[in-house]
Amino acid sequence: MNINATLLAQTIMFALFVWFCMKFVWPPIMAALEQRKKHIADGLADAERAKHDLELASKRSAELLREAKEKVSEIVASGEKRASEIVETAKTQAKVEGDRIIAGAKAEIDQEVFRAKEQLRTQVSAIALAGASKILGREIDAKAHSDLLDKLVAEIK
Amino acid sequence: MSSEAHTSAEYIKHHLQNLTYGHLQNGTWGIAHTPEEAKAMGFWALNLDTFLMSLLLGTIIMFVFHRAAKSISTGTPSGLQNFCEWAIEFIDTSVRGSFTAKNDMIAPLALTIFFWVFAMNLMDLLPVDYVPMLMHELGVPFFKVVPSTDPNATFGMAIGVFLLVLYYSIKMKGLGGFAGELTLQPFGKWGMPVNLLLEGVNLIAKPISLALRLFGNMYAGEMIFILIALMGGAWAGATLGGATLYGSQILLSLGWAIFHILIVTLQAFIFMTLTVVYMDMAHQEHH
Repeated sequence: MNINATLLAQTIMFALFVWFCMKFVWPPIMAALEQRKKHIADGLADAERAKHDLELASKRSAELLREAKEKVSEIVASGEKRASEIVETAKTQAKVEGDRIIAGAKAEIDQEVFRAKEQLRTQVSAIALAGASKILGREIDAKAHSDLLDKLVAEIK
Repeated sequence: MSSEAHTSAEYIKHHLQNLTYGHLQNGTWGIAHTPEEAKAMGFWALNLDTFLMSLLLGTIIMFVFHRAAKSISTGTPSGLQNFCEWAIEFIDTSVRGSFTAKNDMIAPLALTIFFWVFAMNLMDLLPVDYVPMLMHELGVPFFKVVPSTDPNATFGMAIGVFLLVLYYSIKMKGLGGFAGELTLQPFGKWGMPVNLLLEGVNLIAKPISLALRLFGNMYAGEMIFILIALMGGAWAGATLGGATLYGSQILLSLGWAIFHILIVTLQAFIFMTLTVVYMDMAHQEHH
């Protein structure tokens, strides 16, 4: 247990080991640790960002859905409006057509009536002529009495 | 027990003697065969056992760490890398806790101290007789397997630390600043001699306390191992008392070894922490 030159040897050895550790051991391991720490931190940050993105995306999709719904109801409303418009126009058209048909029919009826009246008048005038000739006993000259007959016919009308 | 050692005193003495290489009195260089011869060699002698064991242990530690450092990956660590990363983080945390300045040397210094001292202390757990007996068979008269029970090893490291403390004190505060720290406080410039005495003691106490604490703990621990071994070995016989002693030796050395695991680790940690603290003080302007 004497103090001797071992002291110096140990000091030198100590210095060498510290130097070696400082040069070849500590920096690479520490660098790797730092890098891994960074990796993990990056990963966590990425995850956080992805979560945020997801939130935004879901918010956005909800927005889109709402908009789409709004648009759909708008479209439906305008469709309904258009349909009722079409029905309305059809109704008006139908009415016009009906009126036209009715008017046509009325005109035809009037014509018929007129024709019937005409016929009737002719027949009546013939009957009147025949009756008159029978009463007078002679032929009535139709030509000579045409004025009279026309007057009569006009009165019958 | 070595066959050369017949009495307890001789046994203990034999176990506490380093294998010293130096200038023998007959004029040649060689290994001292008795404690007296070793003493007569004076300063220029080398404790081969301390030197070789600490070199071996330090080299193994550096080799292991270097291997881990060379093949390190930033992916999922495994095995050796895991252990080395744990060790480095543990040291880094400890250093960050007590060292506030910026110096890239402190953490590797702490790592080296902790694991080297730990490995040297751990040799204490080897059964006290095995290595000396083996060496005796090989023709080597002494072999102290625990380097930290040799004051040369502990003082060697403490001197290394002390030199670093001096170096950084002067580097950080300048020669004048360091001298001022030693002479101008705590009593102002008129109390200079007293200041120098106080601060000088304060400064010198650092390496001495470092070295002596480690040496004292390890030496005492080793001594108790030797005494426990002596208890069974010296009186081993076919008597009831001998058997009892032999049994208690087993139990006691087991108990002491388990307790010593704590001391081994603790002393390594204390040496490291104090070194870091001293280095921190060397970096501070005022303390």
